[in-house]
Formats: sequence, C-alpha cells, structure tokens
Amino acid sequence: MIAALLSAPDDQPRSFAASGGRADDALTLWTLHELHYRGIAGVDERWEWQASTIGLRTELERALETDLRARRPEAVVTGDLAVDLLRILADDDSPSLARHVQRRATREQTLQLLRQRSLYHLKEADPTSWVIPRLTAGPKAALLEIQFDEYGNGDPGRLHHRLFEAGIAASGLDGDYGAYVDEAVVEILEQNNVLSMFGLQRRLRGAALGHLAAFEGTSSLPSRQLAQGLRRLDFPEEMASYYDEHVEADAVHEQLALRDICVALVAAEPDLYDDVLLGAWACTDLEARAAGALLSLWDAA
Amino acid sequence: MSARPSEEHADIVLCPDGPMLLRGAAVVQDEDGVRHRTTRPVTAVCRCGHSAIKPWCDGTHKLLRD
Ligand code: FES
Repeated sequence: MIAALLSAPDDQPRSFAASGGRADDALTLWTLHELHYRGIAGVDERWEWQASTIGLRTELERALETDLRARRPEAVVTGDLAVDLLRILADDDSPSLARHVQRRATREQTLQLLRQRSLYHLKEADPTSWVIPRLTAGPKAALLEIQFDEYGNGDPGRLHHRLFEAGIAASGLDGDYGAYVDEAVVEILEQNNVLSMFGLQRRLRGAALGHLAAFEGTSSLPSRQLAQGLRRLDFPEEMASYYDEHVEADAVHEQLALRDICVALVAAEPDLYDDVLLGAWACTDLEARAAGALLSLWDAA
Repeated sequence: MSARPSEEHADIVLCPDGPMLLRGAAVVQDEDGVRHRTTRPVTAVCRCGHSAIKPWCDGTHKLLRD
C-alpha cells in the first residue's frame, strides 16, 4: 500500500488489503491517518479521499476498535460521570515511564523515549481538534479554551508541539515531523492510531473527549517527574521546560476537560456516557501497554 | 463587540478538592506579598497549599486525598 501511494491516484477501482500482521497494520494505519494531518512528502494529496485508502482505513480502524473493546473490563457506572471517570484513573496502577525517567533511566533510554513520544508530541492536541465542530456550545467553548492554550495562546513560539520540537532539537534529536516513525514500537503506533481514530470518527467524539480528560488528568504529576529526570540527566533546559509547561497547563486542562467538557457533553448527549468512559479507559490502557513495552525493552519492568 | 462573559460562564471557579480556576490575565499576590502574573486564558491557583509551583496548582492536591 505504501508503495502504491507514491504513484498518482487513478480512477481504477482498486482495493488495498490489511496484511494481518500487527506491526504492519499499525504502521499502515498511521500512514493513512497522516494523509489527514500534514500529508507525506512525495505522496499525492488526492490519496486522502480515494475510495481505496478510505476502505483500508475503515477496515484497520474497525479491527483496532474491536480489539480495544474486547480488552476493556466492565465499566463501573454510578450515574455521576466525574466520579466514574476519576475511578478509572485511580484504578490504574500500571508501571510509569515518567517515574523510571525521574529515578533510574539512562540518557540513552530517555532519548529513545523522546523519539517514541515525538510521534504524538509533534502533533500534540491536533487529533482532538477534529472534534470541535461536532459539539454543542458548552463543551465546544470549553474545548477551545484548552486547545487555544495548547496552541500557544496565539504565539507560535509557545505552541506545545513547537516547544517539543525545540526541546528535542536542543537534545540532539531530529525535530522533523514523523522523523522517528520507523523505530516506533507497535504499542506507540497503536496509541497514536486510536487517538486519530477517536478524532476522525464523529461517532467516537465521546471517546475522544474521555481520552482527553484522562490524558490531561494524568499529565501534571508525570510531567514533573519527567522534568526532574531530564534535569538529573543534564538534558538542555528547553527539553525540561517543555514538561514544566505541562505541569502548569495540564493542572488547568484536567479541570476543564473533566467538568466543562465531559460532564457538559454527557448532559447534552446522554447516550455518550459510556463512550466517554471508553475513551478514558483507552488512554490508561494504551499508556500502560506503551510503558510495558519500553520498560521490558530496557529490562526495567 | 462585547467582551463581557455571559452569566453562565464564571470568571472564578472553585474545583472540588482542587484548585481555583481564574479566567483571564491577572496578577496574583501570594502569602508573602510576592506578585505573580499569569497570561493564560485560564489559570489554576493552588488551594491545597502543597504545590511546588505556588501560587499555581501542579496537581499535587490529588496525592493528598488518599
Ligand atoms: S490545589 Fe492543586 S496543587 Fe494545590
């Protein structure tokens, strides 16, 4: 499929098939999603909306969603969304990459983690922006408050993905968008793919926002640990201060995401209650899998 | 153009077991009389007293609950 994308799209009916291999499928879906973000150098932009690419994307997303739902434990539903969502976060006792970086990680491991994280951080907040036009006034305005902050409050130099780019460039890494996709572990690719799928599919808007609430709600404290670890290892200040910014910003965002966005969304669209919890759980699950994969690679589990 | 927020949108929000949210640029004076400027659209001001970046909240309040 990736080879086919290098030619011009034609009007021939054609179909691409999933390979069935987990790593290949994850990389293929990541590539298809990128056509919706900033495109891929050398790939004709019309591929974004060809029946063949959309067909394959649909098939791969369906498999990803089916797997996710099959892994998910029964949700506890009290009728108070904030309570149920916070319980998902409180119940998560998976190993933490941030704690490892804070205390023990080597410089090499930390660089590897930054390369893996770059897939998301170089388009930070973008997947959630797809959701904006699908919301009613209350949750929409609240989501924009977060997104505006993510996007630097109008200052491109303060935009979060720019801060990350500056941080990794100062750390001697390549700040180019997607530069490290080839070395991404499958768990990181899937983490990115789920987020893009939640954003791109209107049907999954509840999950996208539940994911946001969980992501923001589990960011301040780990960001502080990461900043401490980066300073322990003498990383440049640009890199550590990217995480300092997230300590402060995400302490705000988690409050807005939980109450002004998710609770308001479910008040407006009660049928989305379970999807919000699905998204929150998916955030913890995907991070647990990514952490497990990297820590075992380092023999640090 | 009216910049006044509508009535259903509070400028100051007290979060359960959490910080105080403050909307708009502001100068906050801490217990020692030191002034801190924020230009974020929304800022979280620590209410638990345990933040490492006071007067702002850094999420530490969540560790106090259990
Ligand atoms: S209120 Fe959040 S750290 Fe004090």
